[in-house]
Amino acid sequence: MSSAPSASTAVVELSGVRKVYRSGSIEFEALRGIDMRIEQGEYVAVVGPSGSGKSTLMNLLGCLDNPSEGHYLLGGEDVSAMSEAQLAHVRNRRIGFVFQQFHLLASLSAWRNVELPLIYAGVSRAERRQRAVRALERVGLGDRTENRPGELSGGQQQRVAVARALVTEPDIILADEPTGNLDSASTEAVLGLLDELHESGRTIVLITHEHDVAARAQRNLVIHDGEITSDALVAGGAAR
Amino acid sequence: MNWLETLRAGADAIRSHRLRSMLTMLGIVIGISSVILTVGLGQGAQDKVKSQISALGSNLLIVSPGSTTSSSGVRGGFGSASTLTLQDAEAIADPTVAPDVEGVAAQSSSNAELVNGTTNWTTSLVGTTTTWPQVRKRTLAAGRFFTDSEVSSGAHVVVLGSDTASELFTGPVSPVGQTVTVEGTPLTVIGVLSSSGASSSGTSEDDQAVMPMTTEKRITGSTSASVSTIYVEARSGQVLSAAYQEITSLLDNLHDVTASTADFSISSQQSLVATANATNKTMTVLLAGIAAISLLVGGIGVMNIMLVSVTERIREIGLRKALGAAPKVIRRQFLVEASLLGLAGGLVGVVIAIGGAQVLPGLINQPVSLSVVATAGAILTSLVLGIGFGVYPASRAARLTPIDALRSE
Repeated sequence: MSSAPSASTAVVELSGVRKVYRSGSIEFEALRGIDMRIEQGEYVAVVGPSGSGKSTLMNLLGCLDNPSEGHYLLGGEDVSAMSEAQLAHVRNRRIGFVFQQFHLLASLSAWRNVELPLIYAGVSRAERRQRAVRALERVGLGDRTENRPGELSGGQQQRVAVARALVTEPDIILADEPTGNLDSASTEAVLGLLDELHESGRTIVLITHEHDVAARAQRNLVIHDGEITSDALVAGGAAR
Repeated sequence: MNWLETLRAGADAIRSHRLRSMLTMLGIVIGISSVILTVGLGQGAQDKVKSQISALGSNLLIVSPGSTTSSSGVRGGFGSASTLTLQDAEAIADPTVAPDVEGVAAQSSSNAELVNGTTNWTTSLVGTTTTWPQVRKRTLAAGRFFTDSEVSSGAHVVVLGSDTASELFTGPVSPVGQTVTVEGTPLTVIGVLSSSGASSSGTSEDDQAVMPMTTEKRITGSTSASVSTIYVEARSGQVLSAAYQEITSLLDNLHDVTASTADFSISSQQSLVATANATNKTMTVLLAGIAAISLLVGGIGVMNIMLVSVTERIREIGLRKALGAAPKVIRRQFLVEASLLGLAGGLVGVVIAIGGAQVLPGLINQPVSLSVVATAGAILTSLVLGIGFGVYPASRAARLTPIDALRSE
């Protein structure tokens, strides 16, 4: 584990990260010492079967949880021992989430779903609306800004969620099984969108158990029993 | 996220669950409106008593035979002794002895049956003097009161209370000029009193037959000069206690008694007001207490629904946290929602109470006077209830970890 500050442009840098869950006297080690770096502009897929620890890794990468041991530098900032309120602030500024279940609020229209992270960032109402609409245009839903999630298809809903992840211009976009609830046509549309975002320079971390989805990424990290067992570039993946 | 944004989000959340929000507010609405209305009813009853008493004369003193407390500690009841006489009344009326006395009316009372043809009605006979209408603040609805010469001659005339007149004379014919028979003695009705609307010591002031004292004595076959009550009108409310002192020392001298052996007692209408107000206040406090309990139940209802809301929106909370809402922002959001529910319930409750105050007097014949202070207090209370009962659900929402909240189905 290197203690010298990194001179590179690593967005994510994990060193010796362990996560242990305790339930009474039973201990379960979900992550057993993870070291990894993700550079600016990379498109990385974290692949592994269920129970491999990839959800735990996703929670740590998303600053939804603290590691039990080790350090996590996100954009050069050590977030491993931050309080809940501090983590909320980091998530808001640095991370854009895309979830398997979309997690859109049914009572709000598309643009008002997209503006949510900007509300917590303290952006003014006029600017929020402008940026939300621009993000929706970016994902090809410029004509659906006033529609509620119930009036949109699954693929469209996930694109609204991608717009919400984009709107704050985060350091990384963290997509957790983003196509798990979609049919093949919508899957293709969402993955195509992620390809486009990658080409425009975004850093994307995709978590999946599907190998054909992982194959769209530039680099695959395979996780098994809480350890990274393989870290390889993908031949024929997204444009380098 | 500033307060305005939080307020807007809270209003959105309430609007998107319209039915549930309305049901939640119902408890607060009922509680607030019943508190305002019961306090208003109590205030109305106090105002009513006050106006009735002042109509009877707030500067009235009532001299009764018998002392209030005897040496043995036993209270001498009304009419238990016949120590007051017409001479006492005449002495009190002397302005050189009692300068603060405006008027005096002695009265002797008994019960008798009045007969008009086949109709009969038992009422109280009041034998008195011509000063009675002035001292008792009574006016005539029809006819006239009797004169001094009718008093000295013991003329067979009677003035009926409004209820008495309507019991005996049911037809459209005016009772004035008609004849009623009392104990075999025919009396000509010369007047009918206006309704006083008030009652004192259980007997209606509107159900009595007023006649010259000489006539009443003759009918009841009484030969004594004793009277049952002497009503004394002081010059004003301010000199009431001075008049009280004058009458006390005068009667002490006349009856050759001291304060401890006094064979008479003097009470004022003001003491009746105090008693009536104390009773009303007790009732108001009792009713408002019950209403306050319903308000408390309403507040618990808000807490219950807010807890349900936290559980139901657990994924929303998780999402908001994932997107960067700090725990305090989530806490504030739920607190604002609960306060808005409470406040809205309170405002609706006030509107209903104001409406009720317009309708209720017609239904139950009781005045309702709403006070601004009670209404403002009720609105404030509803807000405090919302905040108070929102704290626990809000802190529960704030404590949820985003991972668990997002995972829940």
